[in-house]
Amino acid sequence: MSPSSLLARRAIRAMMARTNFNEGVEMPDLRYEAPGSLADAVKALAAAGGLTRILAGGTDVIVQMETDLIEPELLVDIKKIPALRNITAENGGFRIGAAVSAMQMMDHAALCATFPGVIEGVKLIGSIQVKGRATVAGNLCNASPGADSVPPMVTAGAIAHVVGPNGARDVPVEQIPVSPGKTSLAKGEIIESFFLPAPARNSGGAYQRFTPRTEMDIAVVGIAVNLTLDAGGVCTAARVSLGAVAPTVLLSKECADALIGTKVDEAALDKLAAAASAACRPIDDKRGTKEFRIKVAGVLAKRVAQKALERARHIA
Amino acid sequence: MSRKHHVTATVNGDEYEFLCETQQTLLDVLRDELMLTGTKEGCATGDCGACSVMVDGTLVCSCLILAVETEGKTIDTIEGMASNDELHPLQRKFLELNGLQCGICTPGILVAARALLERNPDPTETEVRYWLAGNLCRCTGYDKVIRSVLAAAEEMRGA
Repeated sequence: MSPSSLLARRAIRAMMARTNFNEGVEMPDLRYEAPGSLADAVKALAAAGGLTRILAGGTDVIVQMETDLIEPELLVDIKKIPALRNITAENGGFRIGAAVSAMQMMDHAALCATFPGVIEGVKLIGSIQVKGRATVAGNLCNASPGADSVPPMVTAGAIAHVVGPNGARDVPVEQIPVSPGKTSLAKGEIIESFFLPAPARNSGGAYQRFTPRTEMDIAVVGIAVNLTLDAGGVCTAARVSLGAVAPTVLLSKECADALIGTKVDEAALDKLAAAASAACRPIDDKRGTKEFRIKVAGVLAKRVAQKALERARHIA
Repeated sequence: MSRKHHVTATVNGDEYEFLCETQQTLLDVLRDELMLTGTKEGCATGDCGACSVMVDGTLVCSCLILAVETEGKTIDTIEGMASNDELHPLQRKFLELNGLQCGICTPGILVAARALLERNPDPTETEVRYWLAGNLCRCTGYDKVIRSVLAAAEEMRGA
């Protein structure tokens, strides 16, 4: 939709709203509910016949409605459910409610200190205005392969707590998106919260992306790395996640295997770069070609692993 | 036929009641129902920042929040920035240092800049540039915008 036709449509809608011309004019019947409990939210979503959307930050849903990409019959605003708005310490890690905004996460000093890699991704989600509303749960459920907060959540081992009509289940975040715009959540299911487990001793995480601009852009490639060292500096565990290079964010075992058992030296980093490039199944688009994404994934994987290594050694 | 929602919210210190459809954004209601047209529509998709307002103390794009979501909330728009006849230091510095040309982006930039200075009264130039990255301006080339914000910050720290 071009900006001019969007404006024209909005002007007509505003005029109709003012003059009550909409009596008798066909307007899509969009219901809005803001339940105070998760059980009521699940019930409302499960009972709806047509397309439903959960409204948390709205920074994707409202744009998609505005540009006629989706025409839901029901919006369920989950921000009136108190438990979904909190960040709470749990077993050395943190539980983050699904309605917590990116800004709330960035303003939480202990969360930022414990999970710098996750916060690096969260900081890149959009403008200050967008981050004031956008949620990590929404970033995940919008299921864009380029979502900046998803790769570092994956490498941090985040677990989504999903509640639905048939009870609750815990799902690793990498299993939520299944293809662009599609998730594995069943009808009526809602992510209630994420659990970020306590980081291991001598571990570190980082996220970086490539974009042509420094701000307000969408990842051409995004890489997150978490690694754990033993007392001798040998990598004992690693998780590597790649964004914007496949239909979903990837968790690559081959990339992790390139690091595990090494001191993350130049040879290991070269193996990591090759594995990262090999893991890519990208598309060509206006932001980057397949070849470019494959090449940059390798370069970026090395850089991000070095940053994670510094953090694991407590240099950064 | 969709039912209209009855919403009560505080806008610039005054309590307002309005009726809205689910689809109407806060921007639609501010401009078309409350006639507070200082808040501008640029892109309507959250990219340009011209519609920036504060909702419960958080800087947001009013095009990306439904009016029905603002029940019980406190909203601050550009109309509440000057007190009586006295301009806010940011407004004054934008005039003195030519921080605006056509002016469409200016209300959003002023609201966003005030939000920054409330969090950080002494920002670096880089911090100002990153904070305002979500406010697009096609006229000024940004430099005079940034200078105006830094000058206002300096004056406000001295005040």
